[in-house]
Order: sequence, then C-alpha cells, then structure tokens
Amino acid sequence: MEKNRESGVVMETKVREILDRYPEGRTENLIPVLQDIQETDGYLSEESVLEVSRHLKMPASKIYGVATFYNQFRFAPLGKYHVQICCGTACHVLGASTVLEEIEKNIGVKSGETTKDGLFSMEVVACIGACGLAPVISINGNFHAKVTGESIKEILDNYRNQE
Amino acid sequence: MSFLINVNNKNIEARDGETILDAMKREGIQVPTLCYIKDRFPSGSCRMCVVENTKNGRLVTACSTPVEEGMNIQTHSPRVIESRKTIVELLLSNHPDDCLYCVRNRNCELQDLSEELQVRERRIKGEKNTIHLDRSGASIVRDPEKCILCGRCVRICEEVMGVACIDFIDRGSKSFIGTAFDKSINTSSCVNCGQCIMVCPTGALTEKSHFTELISMLNNPEKTVIVQYAPSISVSLAEEFGMPPGVDINNIMNAALRKIGFKYVFDTTFAADLTIMEEAAELIDRVKNGGTLPMITSCCPGWVKFSEQFYPDMLPNLSTCKSPQQMLGAVVKSHWASEKGVNPENIYSVSVMPCTAKKFEAQREEMTSMGLSDVDAVLTTRELGQLIRMYGIDIKQLAPETTDSPLGYRSSAGKLFGASGGVMEAAIRTAYHMLTGEELVRFKIEPLRGMKGCKEASIEVNGLKLNVAVVNGLANARILLDSVNRGEKDIHFIEVMACPGGCINGGGQHIGASEDAVMARMKALYDIDEKETVKVSHRNPDIIKLYETFLGKPLGDKSHKLLHTNYLKRDVLL
Repeated sequence: MEKNRESGVVMETKVREILDRYPEGRTENLIPVLQDIQETDGYLSEESVLEVSRHLKMPASKIYGVATFYNQFRFAPLGKYHVQICCGTACHVLGASTVLEEIEKNIGVKSGETTKDGLFSMEVVACIGACGLAPVISINGNFHAKVTGESIKEILDNYRNQE
Repeated sequence: MSFLINVNNKNIEARDGETILDAMKREGIQVPTLCYIKDRFPSGSCRMCVVENTKNGRLVTACSTPVEEGMNIQTHSPRVIESRKTIVELLLSNHPDDCLYCVRNRNCELQDLSEELQVRERRIKGEKNTIHLDRSGASIVRDPEKCILCGRCVRICEEVMGVACIDFIDRGSKSFIGTAFDKSINTSSCVNCGQCIMVCPTGALTEKSHFTELISMLNNPEKTVIVQYAPSISVSLAEEFGMPPGVDINNIMNAALRKIGFKYVFDTTFAADLTIMEEAAELIDRVKNGGTLPMITSCCPGWVKFSEQFYPDMLPNLSTCKSPQQMLGAVVKSHWASEKGVNPENIYSVSVMPCTAKKFEAQREEMTSMGLSDVDAVLTTRELGQLIRMYGIDIKQLAPETTDSPLGYRSSAGKLFGASGGVMEAAIRTAYHMLTGEELVRFKIEPLRGMKGCKEASIEVNGLKLNVAVVNGLANARILLDSVNRGEKDIHFIEVMACPGGCINGGGQHIGASEDAVMARMKALYDIDEKETVKVSHRNPDIIKLYETFLGKPLGDKSHKLLHTNYLKRDVLL
C-alpha cells in the first residue's frame, strides 16, 4: 500500500511533465497525450484524465468516451505480471478463446482489469506476430508458446509461486 | 441559389447547402428521424431517415445528405421501407419490451416507429445490455437498457447546455451512454436541467418521481399538504390533456389540485413577486454601494449548479435570493404556519415545476431551516398531468377556482418569470420604482423578450445607465460570462435560465412540444401581462401585506434569514 501511494505522487508530476509538452486547449492532441501517459504510468488513472481534461479544456466524459473507444487504453494499473493473450487469427483458430476463458477464471479478472492483490493484469491483444507459436501469450514480455487450457494453469501458478 | 429536385415524382425547390430533409420538410414531405435534432449539425448515425436516390440506386440519409441538382428521391420505396423496418427491428432486438410498465408508454418514438412500420414479431434477438439503472441523481433517472444510442441527449448536453456530462462509452455492440468513468450521475457535472429527457425518444431518461411519498402524505390525516405551482405551469399543463399549446388553465388547475386533495393551493408567482422585491433591492444596493457586479439571477437551479461547478469565481456575483419555489416554501413553513397554527413539521410542501432541477434544488442543504426542507416534493408538469389522470379528474368538467390567499395573489410581472427575460423585465419594473418612486412609462421591454439565446438592453434610470443581459441555454451563458470575464462587456445585471427559452421550455414540460408550441406558451404569458392591471411586483397587495406584517423591508433581517442563501464551489467530475 505504502508503495502505491508513493508511486501515485511520482505519477502526478509525470503527468504534469507530459502535459507541458502540449499546448493548452488543443484537443487534437488528446490521443498522443493519453498514449504518453499510459506509456509512463501503464494506465490512465482518474486523476490523470481529469488533469488532461483541465489542460485540454475538454470535458472528462469526452476523454473517457474516446479512451474507452480504443482497445489500447486501460484504466487499471498494470499488475506485477501483465498477461497479454493474443487473439489474432492463428491463435483464435487454435483455441485462444479457451485459453482466455481459463485465464479469466484463474485470475478472476477480464481484459483491461487487474487483480485486487495487484499480482496479475490481463489484456487481449491482436496478433503479436508469433503465429508459429499459436496460441501464444506473453507475460511481462516472456512468450509462452502453444498454450492450452491445461498448461495455462501451470504457467500462472509458476508466477504465483515466485512470490 | 435554388434549383429543383424530384421527390416522390414531384419537383420541389431545393436550396444550395441544405439537406434533403430540409427541402422535404419545407414541402411537408415526412420521413421518420431519430438522431436528428432541429437546427443542430446532423450526425446521420441512426439511418432512420434513409431515402432512395433512384438516379444511382443508393440509400442515403436525408438528414445529412446535401441536395444536388437533378436528384431523384423516393421516400417510401419498398427498399426504403424495408431498410427502415430492419433498423427498428434491430433497435428492438435488445430492447426490454416492457412498454406497459414504462413511463413513456404511448409517448415513445420507438413505439411509434414500430407501429408505423408494422413490426409485428421479434425477428431478431439480440444480447441485452446489462448496464445498471442509475437512480443516484436527485432529478434524473437513467435506464440504459431502454437506450437506443441515438445520441440526442449527448448532443443537447454538450451543444445546448454546455455541460457535456455524458458521452458514448466503449465501442460497437458494447456502447452505452454514461458519465466520465461511468460513475453515477450524482457525482457528475449534470445540472439536472432535464433537457436530455426532453429529447430522449424512449424511456431511457426520466425524471425521478416523488409520487409514492406524495400519495401517502395526501392520505395522512395528520399532514397538511400544500401545493404551489410555477408561473409557466398554467400555460403548459393543458397540452398534457391534448389541448392546444398556450391555453391558460390557471383556475381549472386550482380546482383539480383541490380535488386531488391538496389543502391549500398557492401560486409560486406570488413568490416570484417576492423574489423581485428582494432582488431589485439587492441590485440597487450593489450598484449604489459598490457590491459585486454584474449581479446574476439565481432562480434557475440548473444555472446555480452550473455556476458552482464551472464558474466558482463568479459565485459572489450570484444574487443571494433563493428561488421563488424556495421562498414560498420558506414562508409557508414559517410565517404562514404560525398564522394558521399549524406545526411546520406537519406541513408537506409540494411544488409543481416545469423543471427537473427543482427536484435537486428542493433537497439542497441550503434550502432548509431548522432541519426542515422548505419544499418536500417537486412534481413536473408531466407528473401533475399523470396525477390528475390518476385521480380520474376530467379537467373539462371542472369549475374554475381561485388560489388561497395570502400567498396566492400575484402580479403579471411575476408571471413573466416563465419566459426567458421575464425575471429581468419584472426586476427592472420594480427597481425603477424603488429608485425613482415612479413607475416606468412603458413596462414592456421588447429587446428582452422572445426565444433568442442572448438578449441585451440598456435602461436609463435617473441618469444612471443600467446595462442588462439575458441568456438562455447554458452554452450561451458560457459565451456571455467568458466575455464578461475578459472585460469585453460592461453589464450590471444578468438573467440566466438554463433551458432554451426559459421555463416554458423546461425539462419538466410536456414531451414532444414543437418550437411553435413553446412560442405559444411564451405568448400566453405576455398576453396575461398585457391584459392584467397589476403589472408590477411591488403593487401586489399580498406582497405589501407580507412586508407590513412579517418581513419588514426587503433585505431586512427576516428576509435575510428566510429568503437568502449563499453558494459554494462544488467539486464534481468535469
């Protein structure tokens, strides 16, 4: 908890730094601004969206509307282990949806969400260019190939056991 | 430049730059629309208004396609009808279909379209959305299940009201309308104006009802249930019963309210006169003693919340006067209660308002004294219509009755409150008298009348030039206030009404009224002012008596305690 609060303070100044790079009131910069913030923070917090709203002079509802339209933006901080599951064509054909279901069941959150203990976050992504390994998932950049509904449990447990 | 286009095998005139729909409307050719809002840039998203351009065989949206010379349009070809029907079937595919239980039953555009296009079976079954009902607001209930995503509420909220508390969230089949971070509406920047309800084609947006409590109070022998109604109700209620717009049924309404069981019937317009006494005195005080100017009216609760959120720096500019609804409520539970020997705790004070934001205002903490709300329940014009029907009252059979006095007599100046510019006009009449001891030669201040969004005038009083401005539609208020803040305008007094045209077009009024209907209501108020003799608030005998017997003088101690308040910056998600 203590750690989270600390990172919250750091985050605010970072958002300010990002916003300073963009002129006030220029709404056409919305998406790059949000991308920069997500790049730094890993997600869009309520505070940062409100900060963007003040800077670009744009209602928060509009920003939230735009940000939820695109898959790339998330509103929960990344977990310690960020699971990206590929649902591109090859992975889909080879059973990614079963894997996805199993992950959802196993960690108890859906795409874009983070577990309450902050251990796992999950995201469905389009093709990550490793069709030969389908169905493929990436956890913190480490690829796991030919994942099945069975093997995924083991993979996730391995990460859990590292704690 | 104008040219001819052919619609349904008939040549009609079309003007360069207009849409097919514009041209057809002028000729009285009708096509159904859903997302279309008059005088707003078309979004073309619902596709309901498709017509066939037989020249190229294409289906195009009439609302967003510009006319072209030589166009050949069919509005009801088999293809067109089939497309429209499919659109309605798709909209119905995830609709709850609980019309019998819906507030908008028999007054629903989706229902009408479904009937018009003879949808007789559920051909397409869609996944229902499971977004929760939002009852958190004091005024507005959102039921996203019934939403067909036409987007009219989103656009009215942003473009006309300048609030933008809602938008489309998510994408594709998951889309829904919600506030920032999909929070409850009570934490959002919603100002409760209810203009979204006025444009909602279905029952997805409705007012929060106080019916259950009201009816139990009406049947509680220990309670004295009193009612007041706003200036604009008498000229708009008739439409709820199919009568033409602008018919004044004031005294019939008094009879109906008594039949329902309200023990005392008061007219909020009396309190409008009281507001004018206080507000005119406040204006003079500010001008003479270097108070904060421009002074801005505060009788519109939508505007008050708007200013608390968006213009907190201008809160000192707001008049400290409570709104007429709250003033009457406060007088009833104090002076009137003690005169009548009724315990204020046993008074249930109801108001009928053209407004949903009044529901919010009535439950504000500032609007209480000694732990009691000034007003306990607020009904909209629509709800009063429902109540009258529920009690089986045939308003055509009622003999007219007068209001209860005191607190019932009104001037025609107070009646003007119902139209944009009316508060200003009434205030000027009384301020002039307070300053000069004389009456204005001409009471009517033409430049402040009518539906225009921003109106300005200058009035000479004893060599003092008073600049005044009137705005309606909160987006217009933004424009004016920003220019005042930039120092571009020298204005002493501003009237703001949230709804376009003022209370006659409030969010609690009859749904589906045309612009002409709204103008007819406005004209009805002007006609009352034209033909009645007491045209100024300070000549209202009940007002004079109230000051003599109870309040003393405007801005006096008692007024200060009962009739004035202050507002604070409000933190919401902007």
